[in-house]
Amino acid sequence: MATAVLPPQQRTNYLNAEHGVKSWLLTVDHKRIAILYMLSITFFFFIGGIYALLIRLELLTPAGDLVQADTYNRLFTGHGIVMVFFFLIPVVPAILGNFLVPLMIGAKDLAFPRINLLSWYLYVIAGALMLHVIITGGVDTGWTFYTPYSTAFASPKVIEAGLAAFINGFSSIFTGLNFIVTIHRMRAPGMTWSRLPLFIWAHYATSLVMVLGTPVIAITLVLLVLERVFHLGIFDPKLGGDPLLFQHLFWFYSHPAVYIMILPSMGIISELIACFSRKRIFGFNFVALSSVAIAVLGFLVWAHHMFVAGMSVYAALIFSFLTFFIGVPSAIKVFNWTATMYKGSVTYETPMLYAFGFLGLFTIGGLTGLFLATLGVDIHVTDTYFVVAHFHYVMVGGVVMAYLGGLHFWWPKITGRMYPESMGKLAALIGFVGFNLTFFPQFILGYVGMPRRYYQYPPEFQVLNVLSTAGATILGIGYLFPLVYLLWSLRYGEVAGDNPWNAAGLEWKTSSPPPTFNFDVDPVVDFEAYNYDELKEIPVER
Amino acid sequence: MGNTPFWPESASNWAQGVDALYIFLVLVSVVMCVLIFGAVAFLSVKFRRKPGVQPTAIEGSHFLEITWSVLPMFFFFAFFLGGALIFFHERTPPQDASEIYVVAKQWMWKMEHPEGPREINTLHVPLGKDVKLIMTSMDVIHSFYVPAFRIKQDVLPGRYTIMWFRATQPGTYHLFCAEYCGTQHSGMIGSIIVQPEAEYQTWLNGGSSSVPLAQTGEKAFAELGCASCHRSDTQGRGPLLAGIYGRPVALEDGRSVMVDENYLRESILDPGAKVVAGFRPVMPTFQGIISEEQLAALVAYVKSLTPSSGQAAGAAPAKAEKGPPQMKSGRSR
Repeated sequence: MATAVLPPQQRTNYLNAEHGVKSWLLTVDHKRIAILYMLSITFFFFIGGIYALLIRLELLTPAGDLVQADTYNRLFTGHGIVMVFFFLIPVVPAILGNFLVPLMIGAKDLAFPRINLLSWYLYVIAGALMLHVIITGGVDTGWTFYTPYSTAFASPKVIEAGLAAFINGFSSIFTGLNFIVTIHRMRAPGMTWSRLPLFIWAHYATSLVMVLGTPVIAITLVLLVLERVFHLGIFDPKLGGDPLLFQHLFWFYSHPAVYIMILPSMGIISELIACFSRKRIFGFNFVALSSVAIAVLGFLVWAHHMFVAGMSVYAALIFSFLTFFIGVPSAIKVFNWTATMYKGSVTYETPMLYAFGFLGLFTIGGLTGLFLATLGVDIHVTDTYFVVAHFHYVMVGGVVMAYLGGLHFWWPKITGRMYPESMGKLAALIGFVGFNLTFFPQFILGYVGMPRRYYQYPPEFQVLNVLSTAGATILGIGYLFPLVYLLWSLRYGEVAGDNPWNAAGLEWKTSSPPPTFNFDVDPVVDFEAYNYDELKEIPVER
Repeated sequence: MGNTPFWPESASNWAQGVDALYIFLVLVSVVMCVLIFGAVAFLSVKFRRKPGVQPTAIEGSHFLEITWSVLPMFFFFAFFLGGALIFFHERTPPQDASEIYVVAKQWMWKMEHPEGPREINTLHVPLGKDVKLIMTSMDVIHSFYVPAFRIKQDVLPGRYTIMWFRATQPGTYHLFCAEYCGTQHSGMIGSIIVQPEAEYQTWLNGGSSSVPLAQTGEKAFAELGCASCHRSDTQGRGPLLAGIYGRPVALEDGRSVMVDENYLRESILDPGAKVVAGFRPVMPTFQGIISEEQLAALVAYVKSLTPSSGQAAGAAPAKAEKGPPQMKSGRSR
């Protein structure tokens, strides 16, 4: 398969160009930084996963018996903070985005390689701080840090945890800034905006949200610390503040943050479906612009988290109305991905199975979002397990499915090795079944009325909770399994070749793994994105 | 464990509407899932890779894009309207609803009936009668949630939030705190007991403390010396309170404000915030001096004052009938 003169492993690439710990810790190569991110983000994913496991074990029985109430509160807070700030937000942009944005646009690196390294260090510092919080007792505010609980009552680690989220926010801002400048200024000759892959469009939209939204959460956390330390009356009514102000500021970032998570994942899905249908994405322009529409509309719907919070009736009506509109660009994407397969040549390799999984979970997650936008229904189900199920379908079902799909797809590019295909398919299936068994019962649980963040619950809710815990066990296996065989493949995997999928896109036109500066010959683009009709068809039996 | 419910009990005027809308949403969602998953399954099988068959390049279709962008909007609009109608109704309590004060604190619910009885973590309500809850918290944010009633409202410190319902089915139902509030959040639960009117009256009369809330408020009004300024004639240093509730009043700075529970509350705790036109900001604050319970009693008392009843506390009752119904028109212009 490999056409180079030297065997692929002997060619100089970004992995073997330099050796030693120092060459990694001081690297400014976007691909190496992506690997650093991969290691650290995977680490935090498993921390967050251990939290999830303990939560599900506690909820196996109605009584609070495994841990203390305070411990449980720290578990779900830790789970939320770690998974949102240290896994879901950075996972796709910081790992796959970092690796692929320059490759896909034909650039040698990101615009600011040193700032890129700084982003990773900020992530690590924030992560270390968060680990310190975890080890020394944790916080019990919930990842939402609602006031006045977080300023006047909660455990003393609130400031440290807030600081961790604050520092991590700058990591996110720098990444976004780097992507925006890179996409504007460093595209290869001929790589026009209309030729940019949808992965790049998605990352561009995401970067806008990162740069515009993240400063607001930083400001909010500073205000929170000011109130907690200096007793300035900002949010606590006892000091003359307004607790709803906190919620407005918090969700002004944290709702768009959902799109920071899901947009890059949507970019991955576009790449996967195009490749494994051997076709250009149906309605390319609509899919590209829907990413931008989501990024913009995402800033106008934050208060739908606050329909029962004590807001005015008219504000609630307006936010409900606007929220429905953000359903439209998401629906456009789903319909176009589906239509892409029409008259295609579809195969079912692991990445495509993950893309199917994404379509299933994201569709359910999106449709249940409509329930929550509907005021009368939201009043009943908000702050119940219905909401928990909804956002796990979108954020975890969507993001993790897409990330794993993307990771398998680009694994040969990143490592030069193929993963074992049959194991990949099995893991995708286990993950999909486990996910649905974990979270679908929670929709029912929520409508029946079980509130979220409950350490103990009335006995009639037990059966559904047992189902959920059983599902979580299967899901855990579905997530651990890839870790095992992907590590195995680093040594024993089949050597991949430059373009094992015969995929379109510049990243496949360089060697695997790519050289430090990505391309031996500077690429010139004279073709549209996803020009699968111009590529030679590969044999069926591959 | 024995019986696992897959549907909540329905025991209020809201349940039917919310359930109907929910079922509508479920049906539309199921149809959409069948269509999308069906299409994915069909297309991915029908157009699976076959030897010798090349994919056909297709750019897209403006007709399809517009169809599948616009068509969902009709459904979205229907969902919005259905939800908004229920919500608007939920936020507009009837004038004659019986008013129960709820004070939340870590980790318990205190309820005060207008007739006097108080309860902790239990709320008795009459069947088929409109009940309005006037709620506040002494510490952090809580949320009053009765799944069988399909209604929930956050309870905030420093202000009142309102919810109302009409119980339609006798029985005992879960009350949950739905906003995370600390260690015993999941222990901050209770029962709503819906009783037929006669039974409810028996329960009310059997209670130990049967001094009506407004009467408790009247006593506090006298003890705190409120009546020395808020006199029943128009000569007091503070505005006349009889009949003030439920009407707009002009303020010193030219704005006007609706006199509701939150305005009364604010005027007692932070009297300088919104001073009635024609008066000087001379009232001292009662922040930290009176409890939430006393505050609720005072608010209930002020609301109970009608122009004809006059102000009982500290003033001669004879003047009541002469008092103008709206003091603000006399003093503010």
